[in-house]
Amino acid sequence: MFVNQFLFLAAVLFCIGVYGVIARKNAVLMLMSIELILNSVNINLLTFAMRNGSTDGHVFALYIIAVAAAEVGVGLGLVLLVYRNKKTISVDELSEMRG
Amino acid sequence: MNLLAAETEVLAPLASGWFLENAWLIPVIPAIAFALIILIGKRLPMKGSELGVASMLASLVLSAGAAYQWIQRVNSATEEQFVEPVIRSWSWWRSGGFDFGIGQHIDGLSVVVLFVVAFISTLVQIYSLEYLRGDRRYTHFFAALTLFSGGMLAMVLADNMILFLLGWEVMGLCSFMLIGHWWEEDANSRAALKAFFTVRTGDVGLLVGISMLYFAANDWTQENLGLSGFSIRGISAWALSGEPNSTVIMVAAIALFIASIGKSGQFPLHTWLPDAMAGPTPVSSLLHSSTMVVAGVFLVARLYPVFFVGLDILGSGGNLIMFIGAITIVISAALAFVQNDIKRVLAYSTVSQLGYMMLGLGAGAWLPAVFHIFTHAFFKACLFLGAGSISHSASHHSFDMKRDMGGLRKVMPITFTTWIISTLALCGVFPFSGFFSKDEIIDNVGNNGYNTFMIVGLVGAFMTAAYMTRATYLTFFGEPRGASAGHSSHESHDDHASHDDHSSHGPHESGLLITAPLMILSVLALGSGLLNATPFGESWERMKLWVEPRAVEVVDSTYSGGPGESLIVNVPSAGEGSSKSVCGTSTPEIGVCYAPKLEHAKFKWSKAMLSMAIVFLGMVVSWILSMLLFTKRDARLVGLTQRVKILGVGHRFLVNKYYLDDLYEKVIVRSVAYPISSAAYWFNQNVLDGILHSISNLTRKFSGWVYKNIDQRVVDGTVNNSATFTKSVGTAAQPTQSGKVSQYGALLFSAAAVAALVLVIINT
Repeated sequence: MFVNQFLFLAAVLFCIGVYGVIARKNAVLMLMSIELILNSVNINLLTFAMRNGSTDGHVFALYIIAVAAAEVGVGLGLVLLVYRNKKTISVDELSEMRG
Repeated sequence: MNLLAAETEVLAPLASGWFLENAWLIPVIPAIAFALIILIGKRLPMKGSELGVASMLASLVLSAGAAYQWIQRVNSATEEQFVEPVIRSWSWWRSGGFDFGIGQHIDGLSVVVLFVVAFISTLVQIYSLEYLRGDRRYTHFFAALTLFSGGMLAMVLADNMILFLLGWEVMGLCSFMLIGHWWEEDANSRAALKAFFTVRTGDVGLLVGISMLYFAANDWTQENLGLSGFSIRGISAWALSGEPNSTVIMVAAIALFIASIGKSGQFPLHTWLPDAMAGPTPVSSLLHSSTMVVAGVFLVARLYPVFFVGLDILGSGGNLIMFIGAITIVISAALAFVQNDIKRVLAYSTVSQLGYMMLGLGAGAWLPAVFHIFTHAFFKACLFLGAGSISHSASHHSFDMKRDMGGLRKVMPITFTTWIISTLALCGVFPFSGFFSKDEIIDNVGNNGYNTFMIVGLVGAFMTAAYMTRATYLTFFGEPRGASAGHSSHESHDDHASHDDHSSHGPHESGLLITAPLMILSVLALGSGLLNATPFGESWERMKLWVEPRAVEVVDSTYSGGPGESLIVNVPSAGEGSSKSVCGTSTPEIGVCYAPKLEHAKFKWSKAMLSMAIVFLGMVVSWILSMLLFTKRDARLVGLTQRVKILGVGHRFLVNKYYLDDLYEKVIVRSVAYPISSAAYWFNQNVLDGILHSISNLTRKFSGWVYKNIDQRVVDGTVNNSATFTKSVGTAAQPTQSGKVSQYGALLFSAAAVAALVLVIINT
């Protein structure tokens, strides 16, 4: 089994995700990028689980999928509320955390 | 000799059966019923009372089955064989090397008491269905009544002292709830508290006794029988093994006996019992016939070997148990003469009868005393329920014999008949049950060489006959007075008139739910004595055969050669050179004893005739006096106590209950509580406050120094410096706080990337 290929795929997905989070202005797209990051981690976990012949990684991956689903629910809810109040979901407009 | 043959022969196993093996269910059923009544009782069609009655019926059936199988078990044994009790035990909890068990110990004694308790409880619950109809706490009453019976049943079949204590305390708690059932009236809640605290005083003795026995016996029982030092069986064997230190076992026996004094209302802790009449009549009936007060006597009967050895029963000159019993018989019978409340007469009569049981146990008349528990339960329950029937249907909830009763024999024929039967049984008139038990006690006390105590017993019999005749005369004969004459005297309500809807009727007979228990009980008051009718010969002495543990040495093959199999084969054997068992008189040689050897008096009609004559004399004298005093109003007798000074003093002494209540409440409680509280106050003011003041002064000085030197210079300096530093850092870092999420994310990821890089570099 070529572990490298899986790790490489995961790294690529992770970078795409990070790029999306940093560069995208649209909040929904940022959420999607976060999903990409999480799934790249999942791939990593499964890869090493397969290599070590244990099921711990699978269990963790399942947990992460469940948590991610909940997180997307909360995130989309936040986005909806932001849109209702600000009439926009561009994250550049939302700079109220400025110190 | 049979005995020599028995030494080599392996005896057939004893018969057993489902009811004996599962007797532990008997108290479990009422306990579950209690929980159910509390939880769902109010929503049931009969407000939970059906659960109580059903659970008591189930317990009654189980205990009857157990009694039947126990008789079979006894019959399957040979003449001289020790009938092994059916013991099952489980580990309840373990803590620090102590193993607290829970389990059953079924032998003749527990079978008898189980049956009596379940039987009386069932009848009392049926009676309460009518008596408490419409009461505001009907459901709770039945819950407490059921748990109360459950506690007694658990105590009776306990195989160890911890479970025994549990049942004992459950009963104490439930008696508090039941006596104070109508707690809105101050007197009732005071009576409940008094009962609770008086019994608690004795309970301290039980705890001390149990712990002493455990620490004294545990090593021996573990080594020889593989039982814990809490086990009743182990303690019994230990007490008779010749092992125990005489001082230790004496102190333990006295401690346990103090518990008995409290629970069984013996002198000097009997004062709570008459006050306990504040509860509803069914409660009085249950408390004073088969449960609660019998618990103390049961404790002595159950751990009889401990008392036998510890207090030197059968020794010359009498012992503590006998003295207390004899004093109780006489003083409480004397108190019964000056009571106007019918239930109080019965209460003092109960105290006096418990004195007989104690006297019997103290004098080595174990079986007559246990038999007296059995017969007394029936006739005393019947008398109490009869008093309740009168107050319920004839006297507007009043129990005052002088004001509200009289002439009731015509309007209440059933109550009257059952009352008369039970009274004759209580007095010990020949064919009635009380004769066979009470006379046996008196007879055996004399037979064992205690002539003085026998005379006390006969005097007690005379007094019993006299005060019961007085009460009967006042209640059922003469002219109707007060409420029973139809006058409505609402101010005389001793009892809670929560169901006053029938107060417009005159006196009448009670309904079937009340009279049926009365009739059943009176039949037993008449006939139960035949179970051990000594006058008719050996073959009538069933109780002796079934109940009395046989005093033979038991060799237990399980433990003879170390830990063996669970199969237990008992070989009764006679010690070398002696043809009879030596249990209780000297050290058993090859086995263990579970019961001391006791002699039984030979019945003689001449002795019975003597006591009979004394009883009749008491009745006649009392009858004539009552008639002269209460009906004819004879000028020589009326107001005698006012005219003759010495009689007046005696009367006042009795009316004030020997001033024992005053002694306890005004002298002891005051002398203990007041100095303690004033000493506590002084201690508080001078010692504690002084310490506090000096501490606070010291603290103030110290804190002044701390403020000047540490707080101002060190702490404040540090704080000020760090604030300045933070401010400059904050100013420097301000530009990064753009408020843009993307920027934060980028910072986060780059930081993570740097950290990952560092990690990789370090690890390679």
